[in-house]
Amino acid sequence: MTIEDRVPTRMADGTFVRLTRSEIKADLVAGSEAAAKRAKVAPLTDDEIDHLLDIYASPARFTGVDVGDEVILSCDGTGMKTHATRIQDLQTYEQWMGADLLELCVGDYSLKVVRTILAYEAQYMHDAQLCTVAPLQYGVMPNLGLYSKPDGPCDNWNELLPLGRIDEARESEEEAVEMAVVDMVRLADTQHEAGADAIDWDTTGASGDPEFLAALRATAIIRKKYPDFGVQLGMAGEFVLGMHGRLEYEGVRLAGLWPKDQLLLAQKAGATMFGPVVNVNTGKTCAWNIARAIALVKPCMDVATIPVHMNAGMGVGAVPMFVHPPGDAVCRAAKSCVDILHLDGL
Amino acid sequence: MHSAHAQAAGMGGMRAAGDLVARLQMTRGMRLAQAKEYVAGKLGVTPFDLSDPVVMTDVRNEFGFGRIHSYAISQPAQANQIEAKLNISRVLDVPINCVKRFKERTTPVAGGVR
Repeated sequence: MTIEDRVPTRMADGTFVRLTRSEIKADLVAGSEAAAKRAKVAPLTDDEIDHLLDIYASPARFTGVDVGDEVILSCDGTGMKTHATRIQDLQTYEQWMGADLLELCVGDYSLKVVRTILAYEAQYMHDAQLCTVAPLQYGVMPNLGLYSKPDGPCDNWNELLPLGRIDEARESEEEAVEMAVVDMVRLADTQHEAGADAIDWDTTGASGDPEFLAALRATAIIRKKYPDFGVQLGMAGEFVLGMHGRLEYEGVRLAGLWPKDQLLLAQKAGATMFGPVVNVNTGKTCAWNIARAIALVKPCMDVATIPVHMNAGMGVGAVPMFVHPPGDAVCRAAKSCVDILHLDGL
Repeated sequence: MHSAHAQAAGMGGMRAAGDLVARLQMTRGMRLAQAKEYVAGKLGVTPFDLSDPVVMTDVRNEFGFGRIHSYAISQPAQANQIEAKLNISRVLDVPINCVKRFKERTTPVAGGVR
C-alpha cells in the first residue's frame, strides 16, 4: 500500500486542509468538469491539469509567474481612504506597492451615491492627477438595485417578482436602466473634464441583465464622445442573471451569458479592458475553484481584442472568501491564471 | 492581497514599466504583448526589460518618467508627477487626458487673462 504525503492546501473559505496530491488532482478535474457541464465549455487539458497540480500540490509558501511573464495589475479601490487621505493612498500604492494603475473611488462605490457628489469627485481627480504618475481611473459599481425603493425612485423589482407582477418588475427595471445610463455618462463627462484616464464599471451585472445593459449602453455613448478615454468593464459574476430576462444589446439576449459572450458585447460597446469574474464556492478547495474558473474564462482568450484582466480578489478567481486573503492562495491563483490563460492582467 | 499579486505576477508599476504598459492597455485597448512591444520599442529596450526595476530605473531617469521616492537617493532635479506625465505622453506618443488639460490651463489665452 502506498501512503501519499499530505500537503496543506486551502478551502475557498480560507481554511487549511491537508490533502494528498491525488486528492488535489481529483479536485482539479472535478472543478474543470463542473465548468464544462454547466457552461458548455471545454474542460481543461491533461497538461493544464498537471500544471495546476504542480502549483497547488506544492508545499511552498509562495510562487509566481516566470520572469518576463509579468502582467498588468488593474488595482481597483486603491484610492478610497483606507489608511490616509485618498491621494496619499493613491501615492502609497504607486510608490510602495508597485501598482500598475490606480483608481480613485469612494467607499460606498455605488453610482447612485456618487451621482450626488460629482463636482467634488471631479475636483479630487483633478488634484490627484497633478501628483501621481501611474494612469488613474475613476471607479464605481453601477449597483442598479439602489435605483429601486426604498433607496431609489423605481418600484422594487425584487419585491414585485415574488408576487408574480412580472410586467411591472420589468418596467421598473427598464426605468432604472435609463436613469443609470444618464448617471454613468454624466459621471464620465465630469471625470473626463477633470483629467481622468479611464472609467471603471466594477461588479457590473450584480443586479442582473438590466445592470449589464446599462453599462454596455453607457460605454457605447462614452466611446463615441471620448475616443481616447478608457473604459474598464468588470463583471460581478460568471453568469448574467436574468432579473428581467428579455433585455438585449445589439440583438443578443443578456440573461444567461457566460464570460466569452460578455466579453464580445463589452468589446462591441467600446470597452478598452474587460474583467471576467468567477465567484468561488467556499465549500470546495481552491484547487477545485481554480480549475473551474480557468475553464470558464479560457474561451475569452481566443476572441479577445482588448485586454482581459481576470478578477482575482477576495472571493473571486479562486482567491479565498476571507477579508485578508492568504498570500499563499493569492499567488497560486495569480500564477495559475497567467500561466494557463496568458492573461493581459489581473 | 495586493502585495501577493504584485510579487507573484505584477509588472511593478513605477518600479519598472508597469504604469507605461498599463496606459496603453487602458486608453488604447492594446493586449499585453502588443502593449509591451509598443512601449519597449519607444524606449529602446526589450519587452523582458520592462519588468526589471534595475534596467527601468535608469531608463525612467533618462526619459524623465518619474521614479520611486527614496530617502536614500533623492532626485529633486528629476521630473515627477505631472511633469513626468508630460514626458511620458511625448515619448510614448500617447495622449494623456490630464496632460492635455494641464497645457490648456497653463497656456495664456488671447488678451493674457485666463
